[in-house]
Amino acid sequence: MSLDKATVASIAALARLRVPEERLEPMVADLNTILGFVEQLDEVDTTGVEPLASVTGHALPQRDDAVTDGGYPERVTANAPDRVNDFYAVPKVVE
Amino acid sequence: MAEQDRAAPYRIEGETGAWEVVIGLEVHAQVISKSKLFSGAATTFGAEPNTQVSLVDAAMPGMLPVINRECVDQAVRTGLALEAKVNEVSVFDRKNYFYADLPQGYQISQYQQPIVGEGVVHLDLPDGSVKEVGIERLHLEQDAGKSLHDQHPTKSYIDLNRSGVALMEIVSKPDLRSPEETAAYIKKLRSILRYIGTCDGNMQEGSMRCDVNVSVRKPGDGYGTRCEIKNVNSIRFVQQAIEYEARRQIEILEAGGSIDQETRLFDANRGETRSMRSKEEAHDYRYFPDPDLLPLKLDPARIAELKAALPELPDVKKARFMRDYGLSLYDASSLIEERATADWYEAVVTGGGGKRDPKIAANWTISELFGALNKAGLDLADSPVSAEALGGLIDLIGDGTISGRIAKDVFAEMFATGKDAAAIVEEKGLRQVSDTGEIEAIVDAVLAENQDKVAEYRSGKDKLFGFFVGQTMKRSGGKANPGMVNDLLKAKLAG
Repeated sequence: MSLDKATVASIAALARLRVPEERLEPMVADLNTILGFVEQLDEVDTTGVEPLASVTGHALPQRDDAVTDGGYPERVTANAPDRVNDFYAVPKVVE
Repeated sequence: MAEQDRAAPYRIEGETGAWEVVIGLEVHAQVISKSKLFSGAATTFGAEPNTQVSLVDAAMPGMLPVINRECVDQAVRTGLALEAKVNEVSVFDRKNYFYADLPQGYQISQYQQPIVGEGVVHLDLPDGSVKEVGIERLHLEQDAGKSLHDQHPTKSYIDLNRSGVALMEIVSKPDLRSPEETAAYIKKLRSILRYIGTCDGNMQEGSMRCDVNVSVRKPGDGYGTRCEIKNVNSIRFVQQAIEYEARRQIEILEAGGSIDQETRLFDANRGETRSMRSKEEAHDYRYFPDPDLLPLKLDPARIAELKAALPELPDVKKARFMRDYGLSLYDASSLIEERATADWYEAVVTGGGGKRDPKIAANWTISELFGALNKAGLDLADSPVSAEALGGLIDLIGDGTISGRIAKDVFAEMFATGKDAAAIVEEKGLRQVSDTGEIEAIVDAVLAENQDKVAEYRSGKDKLFGFFVGQTMKRSGGKANPGMVNDLLKAKLAG
């Protein structure tokens, strides 16, 4: 698998990253080097092997349905650049 | 699935002939749980902004999601009620997109391995046939926060109280063929969810929301290109949106154009759909398994336990009401739509020690009680007439104490005052007159006063019989036993 410049530009746009035109080619090269490294795994025959989700063998921990958190709007919005009452305030977004 | 034979399939007439509409639904149903899917914050509707938000829901760095066991159980219950396959292994994925009310920058959802697979919903169509609508899948996911756009001229306000609340996305197969069928599907789904207590089905508060996929085709052709209408929040709007969207697509196709697969928005004020996103912004969610969450494994014993604890479901209850109580499909359907209504009706029927006629009980419940509640704008829970009280009224009809006609007046009085039937009958002296001598005296008086009509009747104008019955009943204040009035009049008029 190898990425072209258009694909890298589109991934950057989806990730909301502004990548200047002159940075695109070097980024294509970097990403392809990374992908090439990971692709070495393709050399291993994994026919019939279940995908491995975790090496620990633990089960997904589950909690009881109880209200144990919340009730601190001032902490939640403490880092917000702008807030009104206890709302976050952001530049108007209407589709 | 196979098309059902129907009396008159829904078609839209275009300039080039009849078109068929193909509809599939994605219903987002908010799971009933005390706390959120992956955090311990509360889920109640209408709380003060950002008071039901944990640092997990606000996506602070380093926070880890821990799944709520009850939300998993609710999804399993729903799957079982939809006769669906519950998957013993399912996987949570990140669905990546940016929006102001999605602090994580992704929604935790399920993509390739949902918790519930294929199932089915049965619809009773007006022509008496049953249509099966396939369920493609059900998966668990997080709800997003809420944006308020109308509070400030240049700012949007964000409330994250809803962020992280558990949703079940229930995806149907493209098996629906008309706005009416789609409405019936939503109602049926809502009824099932409310029976098993996994979603309150409240579309106004947004705890049930629909995305509607619509395409059109000439009957017999393959599927056309579909458009998805997002977030329609009432059954009536769903129907309007389908109709508008189908006509829009037909116009384009008949003018030689083609349909762009896109997401559209329903504008309820204008009754139209319009494009929401241009193609260049087409979503690419870049799903991948959430590294914070291991696969969800369900013990078959837990699934079996949940299955055993399910209540009687609407279809089974309806069949039982028709079989055991001899009710029509129509009556049974209107009684079983809500579990509370069905329970109420059964309390009326079984309350009389098996003496009460189930059909009469159904008539009184549906025509009189529902009618009166509707008129008064009341819910069954607020009914001034209890199941026991209605049962008492039915018993008075059953044992001949009052006639069915008088019973309607008694019922109105019960509804207005909350008193029981026997007390009203005594108080107002409404006891039915079944004494032959007393009725005979009234009949004689009516005949004596209307000699001319008696003569007309005897010379062949037998339509006048109704007149005599009416006069007799009127003179008795509605209290004469109608059967006896009929018999006596017949005998005396035969003369």
